[in-house]
Amino acid sequence: MIERTPFLNIATHVILLSGLIIIIVPIWLAFVAATLTLQQVNSAPIELWPSDQLWVNLQEAWLLSDFGTKFLNTLIVATSVVVGKITLACITAFALVFFNFRGRMLIFWMIFITLMLPLEVRIVPTYAVAANALSPFQTIMDATGLTWLINTVSGIEVSLEWNLLNSYTGLILPLVATATGTFLYRQFFLTIPDELVEAARMDGAGPLRFLWDVLIPLSKTNIAALATIMFVYAWNQYLWPLLVITDRANYGLVVVQLSDLIPDQQTTGGGTPTWHLAMAATLVVMLPPIAVVVLMQRWFVRGLINTDK
Amino acid sequence: MAKISIRDVRKSYGKDQVVHGVNLEIANGEFIVVLGPSGCGKSTLLRMIAGLETITAGQISIADIVVNDLEPRERGCAMVFQNYALYPHMTVAENIGYALKVARVPKAERMERVAKVGASVGLTEFMDRRPGQLSGGQRQRVAMARAIIREPRVFLFDEPLSNLDAKLRVQMRHEIRRIHNRISATSVFVTHDQQEGMTLADRLVVMNKGVIEQVGTPSEIYDHPASVYVGGFIGSPAMNFLSGQVDRGTSSVKLANGDRVEIATSIATRHHGKLVQIGIRPEGMTMVPAGQGTLNATFEFVEELGAGRLYSLLFEDLTIAVLANDRQTLAPGTPVGLHIPATSVHLFDADTGKRIEAAPLAALQMVPA
Amino acid sequence: MRRAYFKFSWIAAALLAPQLMIIFVFFYWPSAQALYWAFTLEQPWGGGNTWVGFENFQNVLSDEYYWGSVRVSVIYALATTALAMSMALILALFADRQLAGYRAYRIGLIWPYAVAAPAVGLSFQFVFNPGAGIFSYLNTLSPGVWDPSVYPSQAIASIVIAGAWKQVAYSFIFFLAALQAIPRSLSEAAVMDGARPLRRMIDLQLPLLTPTFFFLLVINITDSFTDSFGIVDTLTGGGPFRSTDLMVYKIYTDGFRSLDYSGAAAQSIILMLLVMALTFVQFRYIERRVHYT
Repeated sequence: MIERTPFLNIATHVILLSGLIIIIVPIWLAFVAATLTLQQVNSAPIELWPSDQLWVNLQEAWLLSDFGTKFLNTLIVATSVVVGKITLACITAFALVFFNFRGRMLIFWMIFITLMLPLEVRIVPTYAVAANALSPFQTIMDATGLTWLINTVSGIEVSLEWNLLNSYTGLILPLVATATGTFLYRQFFLTIPDELVEAARMDGAGPLRFLWDVLIPLSKTNIAALATIMFVYAWNQYLWPLLVITDRANYGLVVVQLSDLIPDQQTTGGGTPTWHLAMAATLVVMLPPIAVVVLMQRWFVRGLINTDK
Repeated sequence: MAKISIRDVRKSYGKDQVVHGVNLEIANGEFIVVLGPSGCGKSTLLRMIAGLETITAGQISIADIVVNDLEPRERGCAMVFQNYALYPHMTVAENIGYALKVARVPKAERMERVAKVGASVGLTEFMDRRPGQLSGGQRQRVAMARAIIREPRVFLFDEPLSNLDAKLRVQMRHEIRRIHNRISATSVFVTHDQQEGMTLADRLVVMNKGVIEQVGTPSEIYDHPASVYVGGFIGSPAMNFLSGQVDRGTSSVKLANGDRVEIATSIATRHHGKLVQIGIRPEGMTMVPAGQGTLNATFEFVEELGAGRLYSLLFEDLTIAVLANDRQTLAPGTPVGLHIPATSVHLFDADTGKRIEAAPLAALQMVPA
Repeated sequence: MRRAYFKFSWIAAALLAPQLMIIFVFFYWPSAQALYWAFTLEQPWGGGNTWVGFENFQNVLSDEYYWGSVRVSVIYALATTALAMSMALILALFADRQLAGYRAYRIGLIWPYAVAAPAVGLSFQFVFNPGAGIFSYLNTLSPGVWDPSVYPSQAIASIVIAGAWKQVAYSFIFFLAALQAIPRSLSEAAVMDGARPLRRMIDLQLPLLTPTFFFLLVINITDSFTDSFGIVDTLTGGGPFRSTDLMVYKIYTDGFRSLDYSGAAAQSIILMLLVMALTFVQFRYIERRVHYT
C-alpha cells in the first residue's frame, strides 16, 4: 500500500539494528577474544577488533579439551535423541489417535503430564534411576514378593542391574522421555482427513501399512521441524550430561566441557586466565546448532510454534 | 460525491503485468460495477483506486485531483472488504466509530454519529457485541456502517456479498443500492457474479485478463455485447456460439455443415467471406417441427425452470440451449427444428472475437481495440 | 479426541509400549522416588529410610538460605522475563513492518536460540569479567567498582542480563508469528480508516497480541526456573555468598555436592509443584484464548 513514513522507517531500522547489535555484542566479543593472544586478552581496556590468533587458539583449545572425541560423542547423542524422539513420538501418537481402546484418555494424560516437568526439576531421583535403570522393576519385584518367590522356587537371587551412567544410553534415554514430539505428531495426525483413512482401509491397508505408506510420507515437514528442535535441544544439554558422565575422556560432551574451560584457580593453577582458549572453544561448540537453526530456519520456527501450543 | 478518472492505468508485480492500460471515466454519483472472473484484475483496479496498491503506470484522479501518490486516508474513499475485516477485539460500536476516533472527533459527537449510523443499518441492539458473536449478514452491515459513517466521496466494494448465502445476498443487494441512493456517493462495486452486476449497476464494466472488454449500461451490454467474451459471460443461461463464414449471395452465415443462418443483408454485403462466430441467446430462438427451421438438431434433455424450460439440443457435436415456454414431452433423440431470426444473431469476428456491426453505431460505448 | 479407526490390537499395545516404558522408568518412577525421599530420611549408616513426615519440608522451609534462593529465583524470573519480552515485543513489532533487510533482521534475531546455556554463561563471564572483559573498562576508571564475584547485586544483574539475552529469540519468534497471523485485510481496513503505522500498532496489533503475550509470559517464567542452571553454573557458581543460588542450582549443590538427598528431594518437590502450578495456569486459562476470533 501507499504509505509515506520516512521518519518511522528510519526509526524502524535504528531500532532493529540496535536490537541486532545488542544481541551480537557478547558473541562478537567472544569472537574477538578467541582471536587474541593470552596477553592481549587479559589487558584492559578490551580489544574491539579481532586479531589473527583464531586458528592457533582453536587448535590449542581443541587439543586441550580433546574435542575430537567429544564432538563425535555429542553428535552421536544428539542424532540418537533426534531419531529416538521422532520414532517414538510418531508411533505413540499414531497409537493414540488412530486406535480406540479403553483408558485411551488416561494414557494420553499420563503422557501429557510429562510435559509439565522438565529434567532439571527431577534430576536427583532421575540420576538414581540412571545408576540402575532396572531398579524400579527390582523394587516392584521385591515389594510384591516376586523375588522371594523366584528365590524359593529356583534358588536364583534376582538382582536386576543396568547401570546407565557413563554410557550413551544413559545420555540418550532420559532426554527421550518427555512428550514434546508426541504432541506435535498428535496435532498433525488430528488434521488428517477422515476420508484418507477410510480410503486406505477400503484399499485393504492395515494400520501399520497405513502408517508406513500414508502417514509417514505426509509428515515429512513435521519430521524436519521436530528434528531441528530436538537436535538443538540435545546438543545443548548441560545439567544431565554433567551428572551422568564422570568418564569425560570417553563420554564427555562438548557443551559440558565448556564449564571446564572457565579460567579460574583450577584450570590455570593460579596463572593468567586463558580466556582466549575458552572463547575459541565456546565458538566452536556453538557452531553446529546455530548452523542447523539458520539453515533450517523455516522448519525450526514452525516446529517451535507447533510444539508449544 | 466525486468523479473518478482512470487513465491508461497499468499494474505489474515485478515482471508480471496484471492490468494492461485501463481507461475509465466514472461520473459523480454513479454506481459502477466492475465484473469479471477471478484473476481478471478487477480487485487490483479497485485497490489502486483505494490506495492499497501502487499504480505502476498511468493516472487515477478523484474529483480532478491526481491521487497516485496519495495515501488511502487522503483520498476520501471508504471500502467494504470481502471478508468484512472487522476488528475482532472491538465492539460493533467501536468498530463503526474507529475512523472517527482516529480523526480525533470528540467523543460525544462520535457516539452520536455511531448511534445514528448503527440505527440506519438496523444494528442498534448489537452495538455492544463483538464481531465473533454476529451472523454473516450482521457483520456485513457493520462493515457497511463503518464505511458509511465516514461520509466518503467514494464507496468501494470488494465482492462484499460473496460470503453470504443466496437469499441474504439478494437482500443485501437491495440494501446496498438503497444506501447508495440515500448517501449519493460514487460507488465502485467489484464482483464475479454477473447477475449481481446486472441488477446493481448504473453502468457495467466487464473485465477480462487485465483489460476492459466493454463498458455500458446493463441493457446495452446485454443487447449489444462487444465481444464473444462479453456475450458469453453476461446473461444466464449463456449465449450459444456457432462458427461459420459470411456469404453475401444468400445474406447468411454458412456453417460448417452447410446450414445457413440468415443475417442482415447490409452486414453480409460488407463482410462477405469473413470467418465469424455467431452468438444466439437461448431466448432468441424458437423450436419448430424438424425441417421447418433454420437448423435441425436433436433433443437431448430438458431442465424445468418453473417459469419456463431450458432445452438442451445436440447440433453437430455442440449443445445448443433454447429457452421455451411450452410443456411438450419429447423423447431423447427426437429431431427438432430451430428457427433463428436474423434479429437474434450477434456476429463476432472469428479471429479477434470482436463484434461486427453493419455501420458504426454512435450510441454504443465500445472500448477502442 | 477424534473418532478412531482401528480396533485395539496387539499392534497398538506394541506401539505404545516403548514410550510408556520410558516415561515410567525415567519420569514417574523418579518422581515417585523424589516423593519417597522427601518424606523420609536416609539412615547415615545404611539400613533404609525412616519415615519423617513433613520434617524435611520443615527443615527446608525454615532454612534462610532456602528463602534467599527462592527470593533470587523470583527476582531472576521476573527480571529476565520483563527484559526479554519487552525487547522481543518491540523488535517483533518493528520487524513485522517488513522493510528492506527483513530476512536479515529475522535470522539475526532468531539464531541466539541455538546457543547453549553454558556457552551464554561463558561468553558473558568474559563480558562481565572485572579483569579482562568489556566491563573491566569501568575498573580502569574507578578500580574495583565492578566485580560480580564480590558484589551480590552485580552478580544478580549479570545472570539476569545473560538469561534475558538467551530468552529474547524465543519470544521474538512467537510474537512475529502472531503478528503475521493477523489477516492483512484488518490492517488494510485500519489504513482505510485513516490509522497510521504507530496507531495501528497500538489499536490493532497490541490488542490482538494479548493472548500470545500471556502465553509467553507463563512460558518465560516457567523456563527461567528450569533453564537457568547452565548460566548460573558457568557465570557465578551460585555466588557470591549464595546470592545467585537459584532454586534449581541449590537442588543440584545440595543433592550432588552435599549429598543431602532428602533435602534436595524436598526442594525438588516444592519446585515441581511450583512449575506444575504455572503450567496448569497456562493450559487452563491461557491456551484457550490463544485463538482469537
